[in-house]
This record gives sequence, structure tokens and C-alpha cells, in this order.
Amino acid sequence: MSEHLIEIEHLRQYFPAGGFGKYKKFVRAVEDVSFYIDKGETLGLVGESGCGKTTTGRTMLRLYEPTGGRFTFDGDVVFDVEKKQYADMLPYRKRMQIVFQDPYASLDPRMTVGDIVGEAIDVHKLAANKEERFERIISILERVGLNSEHANRYPHEFSGGQRQRVGIARALAVHPEFIVCDEPISALDVSIQAQVINMFEDLQEKMGLTYLFIAHDLSAVKHISNRIGVMYLGRMVELADSYELVDRPLHPYTKSLISAIPIADPKQARASQRIVLEGDVPSPLNPPSGCAFRTRCPYADERCAAEVPEWKEVEKGHFSACHHIDKCN
Amino acid sequence: MAEYLVDIKNERLSFFTPAGEVKALNDVSIRLKEGEVLGIVGESGSGKSVTAYSLMGLTAHPGKLLGGELQFNGHEIETMSEKEMRKIRGNEISIIFQDPMTSLNPVYTIGNQITEVIRLHTDKDGAQAKARARELLELVGINEPDKRLKQYPHELSGGMRQRVMIAIALACEPKLLIADEPTTALDVTIQAQILELMMELKDKLGMAIIMITHDLGVVASMCERIAVMYAGRIVEYGTTDDIFYNPKHQYTKGLIRSIPRLDTKEHERLIPIEGTPVDLLNPPAGCPFAPRCDAAMKICLREMPPETSFGDVHYTKCWLSQKEEFEKGASHE
Repeated sequence: MSEHLIEIEHLRQYFPAGGFGKYKKFVRAVEDVSFYIDKGETLGLVGESGCGKTTTGRTMLRLYEPTGGRFTFDGDVVFDVEKKQYADMLPYRKRMQIVFQDPYASLDPRMTVGDIVGEAIDVHKLAANKEERFERIISILERVGLNSEHANRYPHEFSGGQRQRVGIARALAVHPEFIVCDEPISALDVSIQAQVINMFEDLQEKMGLTYLFIAHDLSAVKHISNRIGVMYLGRMVELADSYELVDRPLHPYTKSLISAIPIADPKQARASQRIVLEGDVPSPLNPPSGCAFRTRCPYADERCAAEVPEWKEVEKGHFSACHHIDKCN
Repeated sequence: MAEYLVDIKNERLSFFTPAGEVKALNDVSIRLKEGEVLGIVGESGSGKSVTAYSLMGLTAHPGKLLGGELQFNGHEIETMSEKEMRKIRGNEISIIFQDPMTSLNPVYTIGNQITEVIRLHTDKDGAQAKARARELLELVGINEPDKRLKQYPHELSGGMRQRVMIAIALACEPKLLIADEPTTALDVTIQAQILELMMELKDKLGMAIIMITHDLGVVASMCERIAVMYAGRIVEYGTTDDIFYNPKHQYTKGLIRSIPRLDTKEHERLIPIEGTPVDLLNPPAGCPFAPRCDAAMKICLREMPPETSFGDVHYTKCWLSQKEEFEKGASHE
């Protein structure tokens, strides 16, 4: 019996990208990612577009078929690619849910909000009759700050923030234990983001939820997460307690990521020294040998090109993968 | 010579949609000197882009300018014909858009798209224009410019495309560059590169910049002046320090309070602005922010607040400030 609710080991996800036979090419979207999440905890996942953070979340729910790795949920194996063990997903879909990024695209425009939330209740047969179904829908809508009046309306009648609430209500409809929040606030206006973040926190407290919170906005992720993992080009480069990660980042990529964030405080912004990274993220179709970050890293040498840095616990609870942690700190 | 490069006075602009009149801009005034950087912040639909586009004469149908004066570099924009506008656009004012993926033409090479602007506005011949294009690519920090000139937009990354957009915008050394959310579609590390580049170019070429964004972090590091817009009005205007350290309008205060900060030492609950953004089809009678404002008074719901000034630059439109200033004045007497 494992003590962690979620345990991911050596997760890999490749997507075919043309070519035949031995010339077949793959986009290595997720490469050897391992982490755990405890019950009631929030793990944040940050990184730039194309770093594999969304793919990690979706592969965990088996919205994509994993290429490799093992995922245990509350001690039971959900999938173990090496041993070819795949659990029946239906019971797990009740325990794990996802909130998508774009509240405009992720809701069926031809279904009422009540039906969007009710569909999950139907699939998992959570309501014995119509009254119970209706009551359940209303109680969930109220939980996310909507009311019974909204149940008969269509998504286009709602603002972005309200739509995201509907998306959250849909995820909550089956009373899950674990929710993958895939950039749930990126598409919202600044003044609405804080509302939604607070709601995520309240729901977690009331319902004992566990979150994987995926976003590219490190300030928001730091606010909501207990621990944060930083991804770059399909690999996890650093993982630590969220205050620790922001205050004392070890990996050169994390350092530059933090310094690149514009500070909403003019005096600090004028005083701060930015580490501006050269160049762009390499293509995941053709990633650099060795350390994926070496093409933009100021500390890179031959060893970085030759060997993939090992994922190790540098300090207690602070993991990183870099050959030169001593040199750059 | 006019004192200001840009002088917009009491601009009113509406979109006449089938659902009714959308008052996109109400009484908007903006002044900008040469070489200044102004940030316009606000939520989607607050009118920040519409203000900037109208200055370029790019108000899209069914939008209509209803009143106000728009002066730019001695030109009266509101009275100019499309033909006259075309001489100014891309020459004296340039714009870079949010999405570099869709604002470049996919079927023309980068070189083609840059030389087009140069040949349109100057009397350079083909070879000279090409040389200038190459120079511009170097200016915006693109390596191997000769190779890039022959490439198509899809062959470049997002950051590179935005650099190309900047190169096109700077082709004729404009006096004013409008940057409409230039980094929103980019990753943070690339955003840092582009912002750095824009500041460098500003110092080198001495142009003024209007920076439209919803990211308070971006304006804090780049701008000298900030206009905060809400529901088609400028609710507060001031220097960057005024806005961040001495905000007067409840919306500005709420906005600054609601963003999560990176430098907190312990968990603090965010203080959001409650409610939803205004429906511009049915705006409230008084102050548009009143329904969401926690300090709203009776008068806020009835009448639009007048301007309250604090010093030369800083002003806000809020009844609460009016009241405070009035009481201050009364206690002095």
C-alpha cells in the first residue's frame, strides 16, 4: 500500500509524426517523468508551450494511450505499460476528472448547462430517478457559485468566468477525488482569475480534492500549489515545495523562467536583473542529445551534450536534473 | 509644431450591431509626447484596442466615430480620407498585433512582406529595399538574415515571427508604434526577449510606444504612463508609480490586489473583484464599475463621476475620490 494518492513513474508519451518503418518519427512529448501527489495536495506543473505539461495530465487520464510508464492511483495500478496492465477506466473516470483550458471550446453549445453537468451523472448512474438527478445538478451548480436558474441555459449565454464554473461543475458532478486542472484560468480576464482560483481553493478544502494544476503562469501556480514541478521539452527539470522553488531555484532553466516573469511592481522591476535566455525552445521532434536545455543554457559543456542528467533529490524534497547544480548556485 | 505627438480629446465611438449600439469608447482622452511609452491596461472589451485602432483609422465596420478630436503629429485623423490615411499608416504610425501566427501572410516570404512596406512608402528600388529589409532583420536580432528573407512564416517560431512583425513595423522608422498585446501569445522566456528588444529599439530610434496589454507586470517594467480602461472609459490615468503605489480608483486597486504575486512568503488568500465584466449593450447608468465596486454609493449608480485630478498627470473618475477631495478641501477651510 503506497502512501501517495497519485504515483507516476517514468511516464513517456510519444506521438507518431510521419515516416515509415525504421524512419518513423516521433514527437517525444513526455519523456521519463516521475512524481507523486499526496491526498489533499496540489501539485503545480509549469513550463512553456510544448513542454508536455498538458500531455502529462491527459495521459494520466488515458485520454492518450501512454507509450511507457506506470501510474498507480491510491495503491491500485491504473496502467503499467511495461507489464501490459491496463485497468478498466470507467470506475477511474469517476474518481479522476479534468477541467479544460478553453471554456468556450470545451462545452457543447447545443446542450444546456444542466445536461452538461447531468451527463456525467447519467454515465456513472449516480442518480436513481429524475428528481434526484435534478437535485444533484442544482447542488453542484450552487457549489460553484451558479444557481438553479442557470441549469436551463446554454453555454453561449454565459461569460468566460461563468463558463469555466460550468466546466468545473461538470468535473465535480461525479464527486471525484482527483482533478487535473489544465490551464483553467489562462483564458480568463485578470479580475476573474482570482475568483476562480479562490473557488478551486474552497472546493479543495470542502471536498478534500487533490489537484494537478497545470499552467504557464508561475505566480498563479505558486499561489495555489503546495509543490511545483517545472517541465522543459518533455522532461521534468525541477520539483520542489512552491516557496522553495521560487526562492531558491536550482536548475538554470527555472532560474531564467522566474527572472523572465514581469513583476507587477515598478520599483522592483527597475531594480531586477533579468536573465534573458537566447534562442527558442528546440523542436520536440528532434530534441538535443543529453540535457534538453543545453542549447540555451549558459553553463552547458560537453558532458551536457553526452549524458542525460540524472533526476535526483538534491536536498530533501527538492529534485532536479542538471549536471552543474553546484556550478550555477 | 504641436506639443503632443498624440492628442486624443473626448473620443466617442460606437459599434452599431444588430443587437443594438455598443458604446465602445466614451469620452476617452489620451496625450502622448514624442518618445514616451504609454501602457493601456484593461480587460477584454474595455476598449483598449479600439482606442489604438481608431488612431490608425482602422475602425472596423459597424464601428463609427461619433465625436472627439484625434490629433497625431499635426494630422487631424478624424477628418482624413482613406487615401491620406494610407500614407500615414505604416509610415508614421505602425502597429504590431497580438498573434504573429495570423498577422503574417502565409503565402509570401518574409523578405517579400518587408520589402512591400518599404517600396510602398519610400522611393527605394528593389535592390535597395532588399538591403534595407536585411538591415531591419539584423536590427531586430534575427540571425542569418539572408536565409530568413527567403523563408515563409511557417518556417519560423512564434518569437521569430513577432520579431519579423516588429521589423515590418519599423521599416519606415515610425514616430509611434502601437503594440497590441505583442507578447500575449508568447512564452515567458520569449516574452522577455521581445520586451527587451522593444525597449532597445525605442532608445535607438526614439519612437513613442502605446503598449496595450492586460498584464500589469508588462506595463510595470516598460511604461512611463498608464491608462486604466474599464467599459470604454479611462477610469484612471497616471505615471507608473502613481498607478501602482497610489491607485485611486477602486477598479485599479482591485486589479492590483487580485493578481497573485511571486514574492509572497506565506499563503494569502487572493482578493478578487467580484461580479462579471459589464455588458456594453446595456451599460449601467452611472459609473460602469459601480455594480462590482465594494465602495459604491448611491450617486455612483445614477451619474458618471467627473474627473478628479491629483497633480499634473494623475487623474481618476470616481465619486469616492471626488468626495475625499471635497472633504479635504472643507477641512482646510
